Amino acid sequence: MFQIQISTSINGDDTEFSCEPDETLLDVLRDRLGMTGSKEGCGTGDCGACSVVVDGRLVCACLMLGAEAQGREIETIEGMADGTELHPLQQKFLDHAALQCGVCTPGFLVAAKSLLERNDNPTEEEVRYWLAGNLCRCTGYDKIVRAVLDTAKDMRIPAKANKPAAKKRVKA
Amino acid sequence: MNFQPGKDTLKREFKTVGTRTPRPDGLDKITGRAQFGADMTAPGMLWGLILRSPHAHARIKNIDTSKAEAVNGVHAVVTSADFGPCPDDVLDVRENIMARDKALYDGHAVAAVAATSRAAARQALKLIKVDYEVLPHVTDVDEAMKPSAPIINNKLFTKGLDKTPRKPSNVAERFEFGHGDVEAGFKQADLVVERTFKTEATHQGYIEPHACLASMGTDGKGDIWCCTQGHFMVRQVCSALLGMDASALRVTASEIGGGFGGKTTVFIEPVALALSLKANRPVKVVMSRSEVLRASGPTSSTSIDVKIGMKKDGTITAGDATLRYQGGAFPGSAVPYGAMAAFACYDLKAVRAVGYDVIANRPKQAAYRAPGAPMAAYAVESVVDELCRELKLDPLDVRLKNASSDGSKASYGPNFDVIGLRATLEAAKAHPHYRAKLGRNQGRGVACGFWFNFGGETSVSLNVSADGTVGLSVGTPDIGGSRASIGNMAAEELGIPHDKVRCIIADTASLGYNDVTDGSRVTFASGLAAINAARDAIGKMCERAAGIWGIPVDAVTWEDGAARPSSPNAGKHEPLTLADIAAQAGATGGPISGHCEINAEGAGVSFATHLVDTEVDPDTGHVKILRYTVFQDAGKAVHPSYVEGQFQGGAVQGIGWALNEEYIYGEDGRLQNAGFLDYRIPVASDLPMIDAVIVEVPNPGHPYGVRGVGETSIVPPLAAISNSVSGAAGVRMTELPMSPPRVLKALGRI
Amino acid sequence: MVKVQVWGSLKPALEGADEIELEAASIREVLDQLSDRFPAMKQAITRGVSVSVDGRMYANAIMVPLKPDSEVFVLPKLVGG
Repeated sequence: MFQIQISTSINGDDTEFSCEPDETLLDVLRDRLGMTGSKEGCGTGDCGACSVVVDGRLVCACLMLGAEAQGREIETIEGMADGTELHPLQQKFLDHAALQCGVCTPGFLVAAKSLLERNDNPTEEEVRYWLAGNLCRCTGYDKIVRAVLDTAKDMRIPAKANKPAAKKRVKA
Repeated sequence: MNFQPGKDTLKREFKTVGTRTPRPDGLDKITGRAQFGADMTAPGMLWGLILRSPHAHARIKNIDTSKAEAVNGVHAVVTSADFGPCPDDVLDVRENIMARDKALYDGHAVAAVAATSRAAARQALKLIKVDYEVLPHVTDVDEAMKPSAPIINNKLFTKGLDKTPRKPSNVAERFEFGHGDVEAGFKQADLVVERTFKTEATHQGYIEPHACLASMGTDGKGDIWCCTQGHFMVRQVCSALLGMDASALRVTASEIGGGFGGKTTVFIEPVALALSLKANRPVKVVMSRSEVLRASGPTSSTSIDVKIGMKKDGTITAGDATLRYQGGAFPGSAVPYGAMAAFACYDLKAVRAVGYDVIANRPKQAAYRAPGAPMAAYAVESVVDELCRELKLDPLDVRLKNASSDGSKASYGPNFDVIGLRATLEAAKAHPHYRAKLGRNQGRGVACGFWFNFGGETSVSLNVSADGTVGLSVGTPDIGGSRASIGNMAAEELGIPHDKVRCIIADTASLGYNDVTDGSRVTFASGLAAINAARDAIGKMCERAAGIWGIPVDAVTWEDGAARPSSPNAGKHEPLTLADIAAQAGATGGPISGHCEINAEGAGVSFATHLVDTEVDPDTGHVKILRYTVFQDAGKAVHPSYVEGQFQGGAVQGIGWALNEEYIYGEDGRLQNAGFLDYRIPVASDLPMIDAVIVEVPNPGHPYGVRGVGETSIVPPLAAISNSVSGAAGVRMTELPMSPPRVLKALGRI
Repeated sequence: MVKVQVWGSLKPALEGADEIELEAASIREVLDQLSDRFPAMKQAITRGVSVSVDGRMYANAIMVPLKPDSEVFVLPKLVGG
C-alpha cells in the first residue's frame, strides 16, 4: 500500500518513519516505532490513555494521523523523565500510590504535566476538570488528584527554584 | 512449618507489614515501559481480527471464507469448524469464543482472520460472507422468563425444581437459601415493606482491552502472552479447546490493565492460538473497545423482589427475596452468590432467598467484583432503609441491632467465624461524616455489604540468592499492587528489608497450578503461601546454621533475619544472618529455596459500611456525589495505600453503576452504547475525594490476620447512593442507574 | 456424628430432611456418602460444590479432616471477581 514518508521530532529526537495515510499517530508510535508507553484504551478519544503533547498541545494520539506529525514536536511518556531523573509528577505518583494497574498512568502523567505547565496553582476542581478526559477504573481518582496537587505545591516553592524536586533521584 | 489456623500467633509487632513501601512495578508503570497485553510483538507476527454477529439471535446457515482467504497477506481464517471436540466443562466457552450453529448475541464471534497487516485483515473480514437466518430475540430478564419468550437453547431445562420441566425455557436453574419460618416472621412484624427493583448490566470497564500474542507450531508446543487474571486458567482452557497437552502450552501473564473479574475467562486467546496453528506464525489479537463492550463479559441485569418485616424497635423479624439475573446467552449468572449475599449482613431467625439463573441474547456475563452481591445488597439495603425511615429509626442503629456477628448463623447457612461488620458500623457512627449537616435537596445514605473472599489453589517459590537477596515467584497476576503486599509479607517473615525481596509473576511452566486472581484471594492466599515458603526457607537456613555450628537443628531459632542458638545450652555462636548463610549456601549443601503448594483455606469473610451524601438537582435530575466515606474490615492492612485504593476504586465503580452506567439495547437487540462516550464511567470531575477508613479485625485464618479487600467495596455503594438520593428526592428509587431521566421520572417531572 | 446441611434448593435431594447425620472423617467421606445415598445430590456434587466446615469455607478440597461433631454445610461452588 501507498506510504507517506514523515520527518518529525519525538521527545527531542529527530525521527523518520513511513506510514499509510490512514494510520493514527498512536499506531505509528506503538507499532512502527516500538513506543508502547502510550496505550490504546478506546481508539475514539474518550479515555486519554494515549495522551501525547504535539507542539505544546495535549492531544489523543488515536485521534491524530501519523502523517500529521510531519514537522511537529511530539512528547510522549517515554520522554517525561530526564534520563534517570524522574519528573516530579512521576515521583509523586509513586509517593501517593496514585496507580494500581498502571495502564492509564502514562496518559494521566502526560495530561497532568500539560496542566501544570499552564497553571502552576490549580484548584482541586481545576485538576479534576483538566483530567476529566482521562479514564481510570482502579483508583477512583482520589490519589491521582492528590498527587497532582502535591506536585504543584512542591514545584511552586521558591526555595526549590533550582528544582531539586524536579531532579530527585529515582527512588523506586 | 506451614501456618496452622488457630495455632499461630496473630499478636506481633510488624516491621514491614502495614507500611507504605514503594511498589515494585511502580517505575515501569510511570515511565511507560511496563508491558501490557498489547505491547508485545514477535518476529513474523500476524495481526488477527474477529468478525462478529450483527444480530442478537440468528441461525448461521453458511460461512463462506474463500474470498477472505484469497486476500494478499492473509495467512489463516478460522471458524467454529476449527475447534473440535472438547471436554464438557469447556463446551460453553468453545461456543462463546466462536459461534457454532447460532449467533446468540450482538457481537458473538463468528470467524477470525490473521494477516500481515491490520489493513489486510480488515479487508478480509469484509469479504467473509455469513448467511444468517435471523431469529426472534430477548434481552430483558423478566421478558426472557415469560413462557412466550423466544427459546435460546432448546436443550435447557430448568434445574433445581422439584420436578424437571418437560419443556425447555430460558431459566437455567433455581437456587434457594435460608432457614426459619419466613411467614411466621412477617406476622411478628409491625411493618412489612415489599418492593421490586431493577438494575441494568454494567461492564467491568477495565481501561486495557483484552489482548494476546499466541504462537503455536506444528510440533504441538505453544506460547501465549496475554493480559489475564489467571494464566493457569488460560493454559487449562486453551489446551482443552485445542486438544493440546496442558504442559505443551506455556502462558505468560503480561501486566494487566484492570480486570475486576472480567479477565477470569478467555475470549480471544484460543482464537489467536487456532489462527497461529493454521498460519504457523505468531498472531496478535487485540480487542477494540467496542468489542470489549459487545462481546466480553458484563454483569447480569437483574430484577429483584424483597420483602422485610421489622418491629417498632428495629428488630428485623424476617427477610425474603426473589432474585432474577440474566447472565447472557449461557447459564452461570452470579445469582447464587447474590442470593447467598443478600441478607448476609443480618442475623435473622427467618430468611429466604430464591435465585433464578436466566439466559438472554446478551454476551455471557463474567464475574465483576463480588459477582452478584451488589445488586442483591442494593435491593435488601433499600428496603431496610425504607423501614428505618417509616419507623423513624436511625439506619446505623438498626443495622447494629440486627448485625451478623461472631458465631451467628449466616443467611446462607454456615456460622460466621470472627467478623468485622459491627466494627465498621461503629466506626461509621463515630465518624464526623455521620453528623455533618445536610442542605436543601441533599440526602445521606447508609448501606452495608458482604463478600465471601476465597483462598484456593496456590503455588509459590522463594529463592535465596548468594548475596542475601530473595526472588519470590507467584502465579497470581497482580491487578492492584499485590506484588508489593506479597513481597512485604515474605520480607516480614524472613526478617529482611522489603527492598531485598523481588516479587514477580512467574509463567505457567515455572510454578504449580494457581487459581485465578479472583475472590479477593491474592493478598490472602499468595501471601499465606509466601509466608509458608519463607518458613520453608528459614527451616533450611536453620539446618545450614546448625551444620556450621555443629549443633542439632532444634537448637537453632530464626529471629530478626538471622539464625541464632535457641538457648545458652546450645553453645555460644554469633548469629548467622540470611546473607551469611546465603553466601555459604553452595558449600553447605547447595541453593536454598522455599516452596509452598496449598489449597488455601481460612479466607475470612469481609464486610463494609458506606456513607454517602448526594444532592439532587430537581430541574435536571442530575445527582452529585458530595461526600463519600468507606469503612471496611481489612483484617490486617498489609499495604494501607493499596487497601485504601481498593476501597476507593470499588466505591467509584459502584457510583458509576448507581448513576450512569448501563447496557442499552435497541429493539433490534443490538447494543447501542458500545463506547466510552456513551457507556459513561465516572470521570475525575464527577467525584469528590473518597475517604477510606480501614477497620482491622484480624482474620484467624491468616498468620498476620489478613482478609481480602478487593471486592466488598463495590457491594454497598448502589444501595447507599440510592438511599441517599431517595432521601434527597423524597421518593424511593427502585431502578438503576439513577440517570437524569430516571430521576426526573421519579420526581414526576417527565 | 457429623451434622450435614445443604443449601435450600438441594433440600428435596435429601428427600425432605433438613439436616442429616453421618459418620464421616473428611469432606470426601461426606460427599461420597451423599452421592451414594441421594442420586439427586450426585449430580450437584459432580458439577462442583463449596463446603463449609465449622464456619470455614473450602472450595475443591476433599481431604479436610472433620471432628466427630463438625457442622458441614454444602453450598454452590463459589467464584469471584
